[in-house]
Amino acid sequence: MTTRKPHLTRAQRTTIVNGIVCFVLVLVLLQLWLLTATMNAFLGGDTSVVLPALGASLVCLALSAGLLRYI
Amino acid sequence: MTGSKMDRGELSDIQQEEEGTGGSIDVRLDEAARRGLTGTARADVYEPTRDPDDISRAPDPADELDPPRWRRDFPIDWPKDEFVARRDFAKFLVLTSCAFAAGQGWIAAQHLVRHRRPAPPARVKIASMRDVPVGGVETFSYPTDRDRCVLVRLAEGELVAFNQACTHLSCAVIPKVAEGVFLCPCHEGYFDLRTGKNIAGPPPRPLVRILLETEGDDVYAIGVEERTVA
Repeated sequence: MTTRKPHLTRAQRTTIVNGIVCFVLVLVLLQLWLLTATMNAFLGGDTSVVLPALGASLVCLALSAGLLRYI
Repeated sequence: MTGSKMDRGELSDIQQEEEGTGGSIDVRLDEAARRGLTGTARADVYEPTRDPDDISRAPDPADELDPPRWRRDFPIDWPKDEFVARRDFAKFLVLTSCAFAAGQGWIAAQHLVRHRRPAPPARVKIASMRDVPVGGVETFSYPTDRDRCVLVRLAEGELVAFNQACTHLSCAVIPKVAEGVFLCPCHEGYFDLRTGKNIAGPPPRPLVRILLETEGDDVYAIGVEERTVA
């Protein structure tokens, strides 16, 4: 059985895009914080956070890129 | 209407829906009395309808159904333009997200490169007590020739040494023994002379401390201590 998507008006789609933009913005800010905190820790000799921070940043990137599918 | 007739009617509508040939929705829901209630929807909800925000018409009617890429990316009407701008901003944010992830990858690569570097020399003589009076300063390089460091004799048996590179932008710090601080002249950063702690200005971390050992009159550097807090 085929699934048909309801037709959305442009105003409705703009609302969806606004929600996605807000979510992606939060993720990007989280990545910015991760990058600065990791850089500070790495230059201060604390390398234990480097790989977990890389993983978290990649998860954020995957979420952001995945949300693009809905735009 | 009998029950069997209604069943056949329902079945016929459902079959039409599944085959994509039906123009209306479930007859049980599509009644005037149920309009506006949960489960009721417009009959044309799945049909492509003209958006009320589509004010301008393309000169070629064929473009209405399948507009070229450039027409979609550079719309004339404000509602369309707003939608495209938001969508492109979201794409730009994802590109920024890629850049941050790449930055994290670069840090991880640097971590691996550092891990493979040979260990610094275990013990290097850097000065003699006779050459550094109380309140005096001596410069040296450790662990490599590019790492300029400064040794300060605070009291008779009290020596401290730090890498001279400011933790802000790597300008060379200047020891101000009388004031008890290291001064970074580039951006007015201050560090405590005894601990290397960043006490004023833009430096985000304490100075890199050089671990010392004395043997008789000789002063040896035995290691490097990078810190995030003093």
